[in-house]
Amino acid sequence: MKAALHIFLIPLLCAAAAAECSFVLTTDAEDMPDDDGGRIRLEWTVDPTVEPPDSLVLERAAPDGTWEALASVAPIDGRYSDDGLENGRTYTYRLVPYSLGVPGEPGPEAEAVPEVKWLHSGRIGMLVITVVLSVIILGYIEAGKRGKNLYVRRIAGLNAVEDAVGRATEMGRPVLYIPGIMDMDDIQTIASMVILGRVARKAAEYGASLLVPTCRSVVMSVSQEVVKEAYLQTGRPDAFRRENITYLTDDQFGYAAGVDGLMVRQRPAAIFLLGTFYAESLILAETGKSVGAIQIAGTAMVSQIPFFIAACDYTLIGEELYAASAYLSREPKLLGSLKGQDAAKLMIMVILVLGVLGASIGQWWEPAGRVAEFLRNLTHVE
Amino acid sequence: MRLFLPLLVTFLCGILMILHFFVPHRPISTLGDGLTEWYMIVASAAIFLGSANLIQVHVHRISTKARNWQYSPVVLGGFAAMMVAGLVWGLEENRPFDYMFQNMVVPMGATMFSLLAFFVASAAFRAFRASNWRATLLLTSAFIVMLGRVPLGGLIWKRIPEISEWMMQVPNMAGQRAVMIGAALGVVSTSLRMIFGIERSYLGGTD
Repeated sequence: MKAALHIFLIPLLCAAAAAECSFVLTTDAEDMPDDDGGRIRLEWTVDPTVEPPDSLVLERAAPDGTWEALASVAPIDGRYSDDGLENGRTYTYRLVPYSLGVPGEPGPEAEAVPEVKWLHSGRIGMLVITVVLSVIILGYIEAGKRGKNLYVRRIAGLNAVEDAVGRATEMGRPVLYIPGIMDMDDIQTIASMVILGRVARKAAEYGASLLVPTCRSVVMSVSQEVVKEAYLQTGRPDAFRRENITYLTDDQFGYAAGVDGLMVRQRPAAIFLLGTFYAESLILAETGKSVGAIQIAGTAMVSQIPFFIAACDYTLIGEELYAASAYLSREPKLLGSLKGQDAAKLMIMVILVLGVLGASIGQWWEPAGRVAEFLRNLTHVE
Repeated sequence: MRLFLPLLVTFLCGILMILHFFVPHRPISTLGDGLTEWYMIVASAAIFLGSANLIQVHVHRISTKARNWQYSPVVLGGFAAMMVAGLVWGLEENRPFDYMFQNMVVPMGATMFSLLAFFVASAAFRAFRASNWRATLLLTSAFIVMLGRVPLGGLIWKRIPEISEWMMQVPNMAGQRAVMIGAALGVVSTSLRMIFGIERSYLGGTD
């Protein structure tokens, strides 16, 4: 009898104790920021001093006022995203603790209205900067189109492109073009494809053999088309060899091994390493050096630039990779974009100097600190 | 017309992806996500293109007995072995594909990677030769940084690790950021040139 009393009474007493104070301390609901609407983010905290229930059931108020269960969650601090909601309607939520199937005192209610956003709030500053930069660059392109004389500093690595292809022609050895190891969704690979077109034109003009081993199938396909077009443009479609533009492997070091083998067997006189490179950069560049090729490298990967500088004859550092096509063509409108890039760089430098000065002087003079804070928010991207 | 369509597609896709970064609203968000998914599908399908190219090139080399053709049967044999093992026995652990991958592909990759140690030594030897004042500066700074990263540096003088850390965090970081800012502007400039059809050499068009 005593045991039976225990079995039935203890759960009831527990449930009664739980009913005295809610296990859930706070419930917060808010519209999911910077999304396309229909979503509410919920967060809750629990009281660590209260005996935890078996579970918490998240409930949402239906239009008729009844509560419907959304999900059963662990009895700890947590968060939940309620999706597929109607924009502009108010939704109310609460959490109910359950022990042995008995509901306890519900937590505080929270309500929110899902809304659709037209602009990502954390990227407005970047939008402003992008628009300003675009206007500056497009303005200089227009100036270039109108025939304004635009001076662009000499880039030694790009001046050497013609010499490198010429050297390969004279030596009767091939030109090897390595477009990096990333796919066509990488802007450096795209920039590399543009330069490949220029190098292919030179190779076609001089009658040099051009080898392009690729690490991605899409890059191989694009390279074939780019080189083919270049040979057509120079009136040498017969000299185009599709089999010289090959796919090796997607594997990083497998690709490095394949290209190294190609270098050792074919002994190219000129090697171009232009695109995105990682740990294989030095393996490729040093092997190229060992076969006596003139090497022109270019990447925006900061960690690989020192390796290229150490092992290659010429290195295009960061932005120079993107400037290559315009520089090689000497087209005024393309050169205009380079001048625009320089002007945009000047603007960034001014923002940097103002930010540094503002943050430093702001230690003693508050308005300067506010300027620094404004600039920080402007350049911050979420 | 030959250039117009690719330029139009580039323009529309470029503008859409820029808007997708700033505008979370439909239909921009769904279109942007859709384009990204399309790219993944196209890139996955292109694997077959790459495989076909690999087979075609090496079969051609064998059939014409081209220079160094002896390597081609090894490539085709390896390709066939991995493909058959994957298709017949699956990719799970302890199956032939996994066995070959773990015991052949991974060690070969590690071997290539380990070559880097020797290449770093030879490249560093050339780079650090004190042939002019800039190379001497590079040599000195590299020496201090390396010394500061090992216990011996702290034993010689307790400030060496601090100086090493300062060199990495201040002048080195400033230089890296300068390169990154320049590269980011290059990305903007290149993207604008391509989106607005100013750069069209990659399409074989005139500049």
